[in-house]
Amino acid sequence: MTLSISVENLSKQYRLGVIGNRTLYEDINRWWARVRGLPDPLEKIGEVDHGNRANGLLWALRDVSFQLEQGEVLGVIGRNGAGKSTLLKILSRVTGPTSGQIKLRGRIASLLEVGTGFHPELTGRENIYLNGTILGMSRGEIAKKFDEIVSFSEVEKFVDTPVKRYSSGMYVRLAFAVAAHLDPEIMVVDEVLAVGDAAFQRKCLGKLSENAGEGRTVLFVSHNMAAINRLCSRAILLDRGLMIADGPAAEITAKYLSGAAEEDGIRNWNPDEAPGTDEVRLMGISISGNNGVSKSVFEVSDEIFIRLDYRVGVPNTRFRCAMVFSTQGVTVFSTIEPYELERKEIGLYSSVLRIPAHLLAESEYSINVSAFTSAGSKKHYISLRNVLHFQIYDSMTTPSARGDYTQNLAGVIRPRLDWKSAEKRIDS
Amino acid sequence: MKHNNLTAEKWTDIIKPQRNWLDWRLHELWRARDLVMLFVWRDFVSVYKQTILGPLWYLIQPLLTTLIFTVVFGRIASLSTDEVPDFIFYLAGSVIWAYFAECLNKTSTTFISNSGLFGKVYFPRLAVPISILISNLIAFAIQFTLFLAFVIYYWVVGGAIAPNWTVLMLPLYILMMAGLGLGFGIIVSALTTRYRDLQFLVRFGVQLAMYATPVIYPLSSIPENYQLLIRANPMTAIVEGFRYSFLGSGALDPWNLLYSFVFMLLTLLIGILLFNRIESTFMDTV
Repeated sequence: MTLSISVENLSKQYRLGVIGNRTLYEDINRWWARVRGLPDPLEKIGEVDHGNRANGLLWALRDVSFQLEQGEVLGVIGRNGAGKSTLLKILSRVTGPTSGQIKLRGRIASLLEVGTGFHPELTGRENIYLNGTILGMSRGEIAKKFDEIVSFSEVEKFVDTPVKRYSSGMYVRLAFAVAAHLDPEIMVVDEVLAVGDAAFQRKCLGKLSENAGEGRTVLFVSHNMAAINRLCSRAILLDRGLMIADGPAAEITAKYLSGAAEEDGIRNWNPDEAPGTDEVRLMGISISGNNGVSKSVFEVSDEIFIRLDYRVGVPNTRFRCAMVFSTQGVTVFSTIEPYELERKEIGLYSSVLRIPAHLLAESEYSINVSAFTSAGSKKHYISLRNVLHFQIYDSMTTPSARGDYTQNLAGVIRPRLDWKSAEKRIDS
Repeated sequence: MKHNNLTAEKWTDIIKPQRNWLDWRLHELWRARDLVMLFVWRDFVSVYKQTILGPLWYLIQPLLTTLIFTVVFGRIASLSTDEVPDFIFYLAGSVIWAYFAECLNKTSTTFISNSGLFGKVYFPRLAVPISILISNLIAFAIQFTLFLAFVIYYWVVGGAIAPNWTVLMLPLYILMMAGLGLGFGIIVSALTTRYRDLQFLVRFGVQLAMYATPVIYPLSSIPENYQLLIRANPMTAIVEGFRYSFLGSGALDPWNLLYSFVFMLLTLLIGILLFNRIESTFMDTV
């Protein structure tokens, strides 16, 4: 086997606080202060320290090293801010590293976004050419693959219509079709698969793994552990810029999930910052399993409890609480307290929602919370979007709706339903 | 790791913190020629989509400018035009100035206006300013044809113009304007990633620079003691030369032209150095 990528002691540092708001005046000011031996007049003081920043510098990546052999498919995982995107950006040469280097063998194509460079006024046909060349194909290559791209995108009829008239689904399908037909030796893919409908996503994942079989090296960033497990042979785990684990994908995703499981799943507010109105304010929300310990990662076979703590500030307030669950832009379900309750006294109250086991499929979910009354005129006391996130995964170690099937099961819910199968008697 | 040693020589690319000052990656730019042409074509097609007059605007712009110049500077202010008919004199100036000004204005916002694209995918960044030069060249060709039609008309009806063999120098004039526009433009675009103030200064500055260039007046009308100042402007020799070639007014000063050429090479060199330097880090500052 030959090496395809060698990342050596890669580090990337960002300056905080001075990004994007620099004017000549400020720089002259700084320079003048330095000349007179005074401290920087514009330096920010008292910024919050999250461990990976010092003196207004943030290490997005620190001394990351790994090697990839040709044909390997590597999953890159980590929480938000762990440095995944920075790694991909450096690999795609969108930004340069601060120190260290990456050696590459072969042509590299990166897919940090679908439809990069699409021009709304141009037709589908024109945009295929434009987008394809931006991603690094030559005009000849695109011409050769043109029909394949169009049929993959399923927009044949509209290929000569300006893309601004496309539905968002068509737009994404066309954009992805172009990307899926890139033919580089190395491919870098960010979480672009989160767009598009489920059927098309599957088609793309299929195309991607089919490509991997052709000896293509792929780096794949995703929050979707199931996709990582399915597509990647190996994974690395980043945390605050450091690479903390490298190994077989199943092992690393398990490590990530267990790490994530120990934290979060809870959010509290100070009384003076709590969201809501004087009548009702949300003081806290927590999500936990059977044992009441808050966490943010659950098995498909876990029961989930979500607890809302709120303060009623006006006597005799009538309302009901509601939550909306969504994943990848799709609303999975809404649930409300069946009746409006009158909270007679000022004080703290709570409501707990139980989500039965085997309802949600593996994915990352976010919760919107509201409290409202519809008696008389409708009034919202609390209305919060994406208050909390949690993840459902399937370790395949507990009995579930998938039985002994180990491959991808589509859908945002995963109920255990009854199957009755019998042989139909054939009359003799 | 044995295979590592065996193949260590054959890396096709190495991503390093800072590129060498002289590593221009021109081969990459050459490979991106399809991209350059598609950018040109995109700009050309998309600009006038959903307009009624379409590419006619390329003709309307210089005509209106020239008309206003003729009325304001020619009739009202009665500036000298070296015996050449007002209209063709101003048309020559505005057509040639427009190419330079457009090149400079548009290339100077390369990083800012493409930050979305540059943040998501890599291609040789110089492809964008170069495509701007070429798409402006198309506009220039259209406007130049208009100018040429008027030159022929005045020539036939016996206006006081005298085109001569130096019209063959047109490609040189174009090359120099493109070089200067690109050079200044990418210097500014590299600096605007740090200093946003500059982008306002540029539009304004280009407008003012027109008055410091013999566009609406001939060099000969400038008093002796200001001549050197105006000649120091690298565009002066080009505009004067262009008018000498096609209208026979003014003079073609080879030394001044050589000065402009060297000036252009220097600007271009500084521009490319700065541009390449900023290329790998600008996403962190925009």
